[in-house]
Amino acid sequence: MTDLEQQALERIEKRRRRPVRFADDTITMAHGAGGKATQALVAGMIAPAFADATLAELDDGARIELGDTELVLTTDSFVVRPLRFPGGSIGALAVNGTVNDLAVCGARPTALAVALVLEEGLDANVLSGEIDAMAAAARVAGVRLVTGDTKVVERGKADGMYVTTTGVGMLDRRAALARRDLRPGDRILLSGPVGDHGTAILLARGELDLEADVVSDTAPLWPVADALLGAAGSELRAMRDATRGGVATVLNELAAAAGVGIVVDEAAVPVRPAVQGACEILGIDPMYVANEGRLVAVVAPSVADAALDAVRALPAGSGAALIGRVGDEPAGMVLVRTAFGGTRIMDMLVGDPLPRIC
Amino acid sequence: MKFVDEFRDPELARSVAAEIATQVEPGRRYKIMEVCGGHTHAIYKHGIEDYLPASIELVHGPGCPVCVIPMGRVDDGIAIAEESGVIFTCFGDMMRVPGSTGSLLDAKARGADVRFVYSPLDALKIARDHPERQVVFYAIGFETTAPSTALTLMRARAEGVANFSVMCNHVTIIPPLKALLESPDLRLDAFIGPGHVSTVIGCRPYEFIPATCGQPVVVAGFEPLDVLQAILMIMRQLREGRARVENQYGRVVSWEGNPRALWAIEDVFELRPFFEWRGLGFISQSALKLREDYAEFDAERRFAVPGVRVADPKACQCGEVLKGVIKPWECKVFGTACTPETPIGTCMVSSEGACAAYYSFGRFARSAARTGADR
Repeated sequence: MTDLEQQALERIEKRRRRPVRFADDTITMAHGAGGKATQALVAGMIAPAFADATLAELDDGARIELGDTELVLTTDSFVVRPLRFPGGSIGALAVNGTVNDLAVCGARPTALAVALVLEEGLDANVLSGEIDAMAAAARVAGVRLVTGDTKVVERGKADGMYVTTTGVGMLDRRAALARRDLRPGDRILLSGPVGDHGTAILLARGELDLEADVVSDTAPLWPVADALLGAAGSELRAMRDATRGGVATVLNELAAAAGVGIVVDEAAVPVRPAVQGACEILGIDPMYVANEGRLVAVVAPSVADAALDAVRALPAGSGAALIGRVGDEPAGMVLVRTAFGGTRIMDMLVGDPLPRIC
Repeated sequence: MKFVDEFRDPELARSVAAEIATQVEPGRRYKIMEVCGGHTHAIYKHGIEDYLPASIELVHGPGCPVCVIPMGRVDDGIAIAEESGVIFTCFGDMMRVPGSTGSLLDAKARGADVRFVYSPLDALKIARDHPERQVVFYAIGFETTAPSTALTLMRARAEGVANFSVMCNHVTIIPPLKALLESPDLRLDAFIGPGHVSTVIGCRPYEFIPATCGQPVVVAGFEPLDVLQAILMIMRQLREGRARVENQYGRVVSWEGNPRALWAIEDVFELRPFFEWRGLGFISQSALKLREDYAEFDAERRFAVPGVRVADPKACQCGEVLKGVIKPWECKVFGTACTPETPIGTCMVSSEGACAAYYSFGRFARSAARTGADR
């Protein structure tokens, strides 16, 4: 390697380590895609304004101490189009998305608040179908829906309906999650095949003239989190649900937060053949495609096999796999050993050509 | 996945790599250009360079259709997209290419109705579904995508879809290759020929390269084993002192190409006298425009476009990168002013662009020795 190349590589690394800045003139779809632009918006503009230590963690949910108990609080908005898609709908997504943010923080979901923004002209049957879907999803997830709000906006001002859910749960006593304390040798566990949700939505939009039997993986993740806490206890270092930006983005965030390197074994990553096929045709890497019922966990090597067995014993976790490990180098980066036998970087998603998916 | 995994088999890769190593002459260095952006992407995505001896260097060529579009043409597209009532359609990668006042994505954020499609037929469908709107397809690509644009135009005319038009930026592969071969600072030993383009034009058009310049050309597919095998075929030619056009991608590419696709191109398009290529400058008879018969579907006639030439940013060395004269990291702005989030040159925009591919995939592979990471 020449000195020039070495210098260029160092420039890139220096740049990567710089604090993110938000410098755009307008909001574009990239700011909602979950990748670098989203990170710049959240970490560069929003978080600094509040100067709050808990917010600055930018975790999936926030831990709040109330007397002797520790609560976890989170919120999420859902703007998916189409409203219904194979395997789910916006109502189910709105419940599962929020309970999953609680679950990966180590909290059993307790209660939800829901806010609906409805567009003038929305078919009442569609709305009642989504309310039923929410109720059914809440039953499955074992969470109560206890308060809410409804607003209506003029035709053309919303895409049928938008849903925001806010959830609260109690931190599980077994949880000792420490996202910043990943250690070399730790293993990366993935709870099931990647890319189902994003691919299902993309195909359901019917704009691509592509048909495949793919259904969304939207599902509550507390049972998986519960099993992991049971099997790994305090040796469970971190959990993230791999929604927007996919598993690749979550791994990058984990590597960056802990200042460690993560190496993924591409051949070990479970992907359904139909998803793999659709992604091949569309030129998309399934590792960047959104999931709504998959989590990534980091566990100590001594409990990795037990954790995997525990997750696999669940119906929702039968496709789980250990897909990689934590190393020292290169700090803050994710590498892939390709199935072909080469090595490459798995970077954060930059732009996202895919439309709203969650 | 069936029909894909077979071409990504690491066992086979190791044996092909061993065979490549036996062809290397001690002390000799090899520069092989992969003409096509699809190959660049495959090389980085699968880590193909990890299998090559240090004496073989892959040089990324001008075959990324998004990367070669000059800023002025992006500005023209944005001008059309911002006309009221227009639905502007293009391939996803094209939306991020910067013009002089931002990209199509920026125009979309300002209110223009810009949509990405995977096929020009999707754009035609949008036109049928919205007869009250003007629907424009921003056509880019080499002979690979030109036939699908041609067939779409044929169908639009047959069906009388009057609100559909095409802004044509199709380019042809042979003229830039000739221009490359004529540039005095170029030192290449061989070419990996573009697979997709060759499905249309065949292998014969490359025969001038070995005949007049003495370099082997091997047309290759896009799976990692395709690329490795093509490199082996090239190394064998170099070792034996031969130079000819060979076809590694026989399962898709025929020697004479696809006559029906060529006929469709011929029927709808004609050569422009000249066209500006980003980084390479003006190249004569290197691009296509709609024939007079299809003038009514020509967006450049239907709408007033500025048609102003915008010089490439001074600091940007995309031209040298496209010619393979410098590597991405040798560019003055690479990784500083020019990054995938804020691309200056088009090589950084498309994931097939040499700079973006190096930035996101390649740099670790090449720096592995430095970091000493787990291999």
